[in-house]
Amino acid sequence: MILTNIDNVPDRRILKHFGLVQGSTIRAKHFGRDFAAGLKNIVGGELKGYTELLQESRAEATSRMVAQAQELGANAVINVRFTTSSVAQGASEILAYGTAVLVE
Amino acid sequence: MSRWIELVIALGIPVLLIVLGKFVGASLERRHYQSIEDREVRFRSKPAFSTKQSNSLASVRRAELAIGSVVVSVDYFKRFLSGFRMIFGGEIRSYSSLIDRARREAVLRMKESQPDADAYINTRLETSTISSSSGDEGLGTIEVLAYGTAIVFENVERTRLR
Repeated sequence: MILTNIDNVPDRRILKHFGLVQGSTIRAKHFGRDFAAGLKNIVGGELKGYTELLQESRAEATSRMVAQAQELGANAVINVRFTTSSVAQGASEILAYGTAVLVE
Repeated sequence: MSRWIELVIALGIPVLLIVLGKFVGASLERRHYQSIEDREVRFRSKPAFSTKQSNSLASVRRAELAIGSVVVSVDYFKRFLSGFRMIFGGEIRSYSSLIDRARREAVLRMKESQPDADAYINTRLETSTISSSSGDEGLGTIEVLAYGTAIVFENVERTRLR
């Protein structure tokens, strides 16, 4: 599966469009990570626990989008976008969407 | 006597946190900037474009999505300073370094996720704030996501090497 965030796959012709595919996940941070992050908050800097949490959720959202594209018979997803929105306190939704296509 | 201990605890802990934040936070930030600058030098030959085409005429052999993200927070001292700034208004300088660090780190991680690429096109940056569990928005913690398409050029010399 080829993923790009431009309108095409460079040097490959698009044979078929399948339309929009998307994948999303809503994650909450758990208490242990929150506590560690709270301590790290004193000195500032990267909060690795949160970075990992968000990376995992983004990978999950992407793989759901890819699964949807595969079901349609696509071999690439173009114009991929990511958005994040907070649903509730301490929980956020991560959405990945794009256009599923069949390329040469 | 017990009143004294109470006073020391009530005043001492915030002061300790501020001092800890100031010195440890500043040294961590300096180290982070050092690492960012070192890695930026290494990736200087692989630029990130915000346009959909690179300025090169070479044709593209391979394209793939590159993603990098980071969560960064400010230290207690800067949070304390920004509280004063909120009274008078104006630019909060102590927070600009937070955003700057996070963006540069995210772009570097995006590049590091596809280290073989020659350039990164259509680079997008997204920033979101992270709230604490109590719903306090002014925590000074942000996430920056950088993503783009990593491209590898068709290179005459490289194909000859294969």
